[in-house]
Amino acid sequence: MNEKTIDAMTAENRPPSAAVGQPSFIKATLAIIHKDLAAEFRSREALTAMLTFSILVILIFNFALDLNIDVRQKVTAGVLWTTFAFAGTLGLNRSMAVEKDRGCMDGLLLAPVDRSAIFFGKSISNLVFMLIVEAITIPLYAFFYNETRIFQWEFIAVLLLGSIGYISVGTLLSAMSVQTRTRELLLPILLFPVAIPVLIASTLASGAIINDARLPQIVTPLNLLIAYDVIFIAVSFMFFDAIVEE
Amino acid sequence: MIEVKKLTKRFGLKTILHKLDFEVQRGEFVALLGPNGAGKTTLLRILSSLSRPTAGKVVVAGHSLPNEAAQVRAKLGVVSHLPLLYPDLTAEENLQFYARMYGIPHSQLRITEVLQLIGLENRRKDLVRTFSRGMSQRLAIGRAILHEPEALLFDEPYTGLDQDASEMLDKVLKEIASHGRTVVMTSHDLIRAEALATRFDVLSRGAIVASINKNDLKNNNVLDFYKQALGN
Repeated sequence: MNEKTIDAMTAENRPPSAAVGQPSFIKATLAIIHKDLAAEFRSREALTAMLTFSILVILIFNFALDLNIDVRQKVTAGVLWTTFAFAGTLGLNRSMAVEKDRGCMDGLLLAPVDRSAIFFGKSISNLVFMLIVEAITIPLYAFFYNETRIFQWEFIAVLLLGSIGYISVGTLLSAMSVQTRTRELLLPILLFPVAIPVLIASTLASGAIINDARLPQIVTPLNLLIAYDVIFIAVSFMFFDAIVEE
Repeated sequence: MIEVKKLTKRFGLKTILHKLDFEVQRGEFVALLGPNGAGKTTLLRILSSLSRPTAGKVVVAGHSLPNEAAQVRAKLGVVSHLPLLYPDLTAEENLQFYARMYGIPHSQLRITEVLQLIGLENRRKDLVRTFSRGMSQRLAIGRAILHEPEALLFDEPYTGLDQDASEMLDKVLKEIASHGRTVVMTSHDLIRAEALATRFDVLSRGAIVASINKNDLKNNNVLDFYKQALGN
């Protein structure tokens, strides 16, 4: 270490550069999103795992199912949501494991920020990863299954709403499961039963859109989806602090 | 600076800290010694607001815990044996992230100061995953002092460091202490603790069993004091 540098760092001559203020909720949330995206785009560990898994699943279903037009119409929503749900757990596990393994979760908890900012920051980064995987998987699905009706704005809206609900409750439960030794096993066991309403509503709405249903037929699952999104976000917001604290 | 009265911490049926009293004055460097399982880490986690006390009063920098945890966190820096750093970010990116989380204005200037202080300025653009354990630990200290905390808590900072890295850490800790910051450090390394601390407290079975100022040590021998405190 440079001794001159140390000498220059006395309290008297140090510029008052580091006066601490509590960052706003939005600034803290944005800092976490920026950090997560920068780390993931450099390592690509979660995205690679999620994408590889998604592509393999749609390929396996492609070989396993007898894909005439009728079957294709019936299974598309189910195949896609099964794929995204399982791929999502890989991303959720990885996202929290990164925080836990080097004690970084403690680093986040030690910052003078509202802990719900940590929840929203992690949720939004997880959502971005899931949406990236969906954006790549859907065109591949359309190619392999010759199914172009998934390129409708209604379908994309359902995809977005379903992903928001799934990721919000998934982020909460991954914060819980990551503290156990069997986190990879525990997350899907905890998450799937809780996320069933979102997955059912998403599959129903997506299926109806692919089968050219009119708006009134989609309204019920769509309303359910919006309601579950609001409930899951609110519940996660309320309980995250208690879950991450010892 | 730190005031703890009748602090009790239980995990289930197990009592880790039992009616513990502990006080640290501003500017003191306290070495918290004790065998494994004595409750040193638990005490530091409560002081840093990472864990809630079961009972008792905890006041840090004039704010009581757990009610004023955010205010306490703004005034504390914590270094544990884990670096609390992201391996896929560079040294500079890690510090930038924590600067944003602590709301530090003019953070670039402060980051440069801190990197110079810990001797990592020439590695600022390198990924933390390429750092040795010693370099990671120095950067962890940089992270902890970035927001110029009033008090620093070190939990076994020498764990896993080789001789060179430990000596480098000694220099950084002495430099930090010379600025009049309050420091509480847990350590099993009595020689290093003796060289750095101004007071030694021994924690055993969840309570402080002995405390002595450095000036009152007989023959400057902290080992004798430690053994005596534990009844060996």
